[in-house]
Amino acid sequence: MRFGIVAGMVFALLLLGQPVPDVKNRYPSPDDLAVSPDGKRLFVVCSGTDELVAVDPLAKSVAGRVPVGRVPRGVAVSPDGTRLYVTNSWSDTVTEIDAGSLKAIRTLPAGFEPTGIAMDGRRGTLYVANRIGGDVSLIDLESGQDARRLPAGRGASYVSASADGSRVFVTHIYPNPGKWRAEPESEITEVDAEHRIVASRMRLHNVGGVFHLALSRDGRLGIAAQMRPKNLVPLAHVEHGWALGNSIAVFGDDVGGVVQLPLDEIESYFSLPFGVAIAPDKSKAYVSASGTDEVAILDLRRLVAAARSPEAAGLANDLSASAKYVLARIPVGRNPRSIALSPGGGTLYVANRLDDAISIVDTARGVVTGSVSLGGPAALTAERRGERLFYSSKYAWGNQFGCANCHLDSTFDGLQWDLEPDGFGIDIVDNRQLEDIGGTPPYKWNGGNPDLPTECGPRTERYFFRSQGFRGGDLEDLAQYVMSIPLRPNRYRLPNGDLTPAQERGKDVFERTRKKDGTPIPDMLQCFVCHSGPYYTNLQLTDVGTGKPTDRSPKIDVPQLTNVVYSAPYLHDGSARTLEEIWTVFNPNDQHGVSNDLTKDELNDLIEYLKTL
Amino acid sequence: MRHAMLATLLAASGLFAQDMPRYRWENFTTAQGLPDNRVYSVCVDGDRVWAGTDNGLALYEKGKFKVFTPADGLAHRAALSVTLDKRTHDLWISTMGGLSRYSAGRFDTFTQLNSGVANDVVYGASVLGDFVWVATAAGGSRLNTRTGEWSLYNERNTPMYEIWTYNVTAAEDKVYYAVWGGGVLEYDVKTERWKDYNDPDGETEIVLHKDEGLIHEITTSVSYVNKILWVATYFGASRYDGRNWRNFLDKDSGLPSNFLNQVKTIDGTRTWFSTDKGLAYFDGERWATYRPALDTGKPEMLVRGADGEVTHVPVDTAPAHNYTFGIDFQGDDIWVATAKGLSHGIQIKTGDSSK
Repeated sequence: MRFGIVAGMVFALLLLGQPVPDVKNRYPSPDDLAVSPDGKRLFVVCSGTDELVAVDPLAKSVAGRVPVGRVPRGVAVSPDGTRLYVTNSWSDTVTEIDAGSLKAIRTLPAGFEPTGIAMDGRRGTLYVANRIGGDVSLIDLESGQDARRLPAGRGASYVSASADGSRVFVTHIYPNPGKWRAEPESEITEVDAEHRIVASRMRLHNVGGVFHLALSRDGRLGIAAQMRPKNLVPLAHVEHGWALGNSIAVFGDDVGGVVQLPLDEIESYFSLPFGVAIAPDKSKAYVSASGTDEVAILDLRRLVAAARSPEAAGLANDLSASAKYVLARIPVGRNPRSIALSPGGGTLYVANRLDDAISIVDTARGVVTGSVSLGGPAALTAERRGERLFYSSKYAWGNQFGCANCHLDSTFDGLQWDLEPDGFGIDIVDNRQLEDIGGTPPYKWNGGNPDLPTECGPRTERYFFRSQGFRGGDLEDLAQYVMSIPLRPNRYRLPNGDLTPAQERGKDVFERTRKKDGTPIPDMLQCFVCHSGPYYTNLQLTDVGTGKPTDRSPKIDVPQLTNVVYSAPYLHDGSARTLEEIWTVFNPNDQHGVSNDLTKDELNDLIEYLKTL
Repeated sequence: MRHAMLATLLAASGLFAQDMPRYRWENFTTAQGLPDNRVYSVCVDGDRVWAGTDNGLALYEKGKFKVFTPADGLAHRAALSVTLDKRTHDLWISTMGGLSRYSAGRFDTFTQLNSGVANDVVYGASVLGDFVWVATAAGGSRLNTRTGEWSLYNERNTPMYEIWTYNVTAAEDKVYYAVWGGGVLEYDVKTERWKDYNDPDGETEIVLHKDEGLIHEITTSVSYVNKILWVATYFGASRYDGRNWRNFLDKDSGLPSNFLNQVKTIDGTRTWFSTDKGLAYFDGERWATYRPALDTGKPEMLVRGADGEVTHVPVDTAPAHNYTFGIDFQGDDIWVATAKGLSHGIQIKTGDSSK
């Protein structure tokens, strides 16, 4: 255990020790924000420039900048307003900042890819959701230690504490592991802050992708932004159906449980709901839609009434329901992420990630009254233009979804989809991650697209969006962006690049050419023959015996293995829930590499090595 | 009146018996909602009592049982052992079909197919910090809950010559495995080295060298507190203080049987034994046995003094069955897993006339 902690700290220090990249030519990309208790400062986390930006909301100007760790994602303000805490998702740390001087004070360890953060000021504890770890770090501020981990949902990402500090709630962006082709299951993890244990897990049935959540000041009402993927039915007739239900989960004593309510309207979808805020007087709530670039204003009295109504359980699939409680939808900037209210609730701040700006909304009038630029290059690069396209839902019929609805934060969604071009029930495919895929053509599991413009162009228009596709310069920009999506840091390699003894043994298994009895292994059954090169793929199609009767061809694109550890489930149709199952369940005849002569120890070693790729 | 009678009886039977804990036993069976009367394990978490049975996991709370089965996500119906992570209050349930974690209503299951655990037949688990140590029919396994890494311990990397690990206990400095047929395996947390303890007589059932080592190779349970190791075997019990061994047999101690399913020490001295002939307690000098009498089936409490004299303490209640699998503590009370039900021993305080 000590080794693990030390290695983690060394890893974090090494990442922190990296030279701070030149931020002048980078886009700030505000991701999260928080308001000081006196309302005089707005603290904005900029994942693109690795900094916390302090904003004077009255002057509508930047008041200061603090360099933090890599790719910061979340910020929390201490109840007394003297300290700020920023999660550094690529450094696996939290930066503690003096709010007055805007100086970084210390760096605290967290788990794998810390994202959302909340503070229990009474007990001096930070709650940090670790996306890759799928857990919550309880960081003790006195000792500075990541003292306890509590298991949360897969892709744990956002945290909110009740005003009295007694409860902390955590959401997660990937559905929890479950049976193949079953409805996605998610949860809101409720932590008892006094006892520092998980008190309950509020089940979110048919939900995959839960984002920010907010609680009313009296603690009786909570709202979480979420999506309801309809991935078990063919993604056909988008114009007739509903590919992703953009919705909220309403919970707490006011509603007596958890009720899912839609935000979509017929022919006007509210794509990728992300940020949530509840007015201090509990009259209204606000939800941002990061795909359709707007903020919805909800009437809480009507919302609670709908949630308590006898038909509440059926409302999640009722496209007319939102008319009961959505008062207005206000256009804001591109890709609005977190939102936060001023202490009195009169002003709403919206972090428009792809505009590098904060929208200021007068909540009484429901209008945008101003904006604060966070800087960044004036000119847009092709990649940035492509990123805007990637996150926009305006190309799909009815604004239903964009690339980012399934490739959450440019990753994946942990789901398997039945894509229409293949026919109904044919070629079920697992959603693949997009990190560093530029050098891995062809694309699609059947290798049907030789390059990214083909993958992202006419195919997307015809089979996904059903409306408007990406063409010409847009298509080039989009492909450019997708190719630029970087590889996240691998948490399983030792800081010095060495392999652990188990990983070393696993590497030997990966590279072996003979079975344990000395028999030569045919080339195509040696791991490193197909999984070769810098991305661990030979860019070919291969039949590894995992095809299903419903697949048109048993030949599968050899997937890249870089960061494969993050992207469960596995195989082309996602039928292997874990790396182990690839061989323990789906390789009975040694077609997917020779593995049946391995002991359990050796298979574990192989998996430990694969985690390092 | 009853109090006076009890005092008289105790006086007649030896005052020493008064000091041994006495209980009023409440027994629970399928009639009260247990999913099965064969209760392999019991685990107390505050006011909640968990029981691993042959047909599911049961939670006793506020006077009612709630049952969890594979339909709820439990790895297998036969829940052999239930372990509490005292930090998170998550449960680790060892079953005949894998290891399950129960956390606030959610089961996560680890099997030999979907994870790195050595084998699906899981007998026990013990939590030490962020590590979960697991005893399986194919050796020991350790899960690092922060990284997800599994480490396996078997004949290839430890002195274990028999891989059937039956029980594990982890404390801050040591981890002990009871290896069924292979003695005891010790892991030093600081040095990360393994050491084995074996019966100096080999696997024979004859004790040639009493107190010179482990009593027998067929070990079933280990308990380690205050740097004192207790070992249960099918042929007696052993106590090891790091220098000396002391062994206990039914013929020369108050153990009701040499066939032990579990040992659980409170402080290294005061220790409980689950045997096939009743539940036994040792306070360092004296022994007590709680059971339905072997001949009549009537409630029985026997106390054996340091001088070897055995006294019957009159009681009205007894655990549900002689065949006991394990115990756990709830304050002064005790819960017992038996072959025919779950038993709650409510301690009778001094001056209380209850029997």
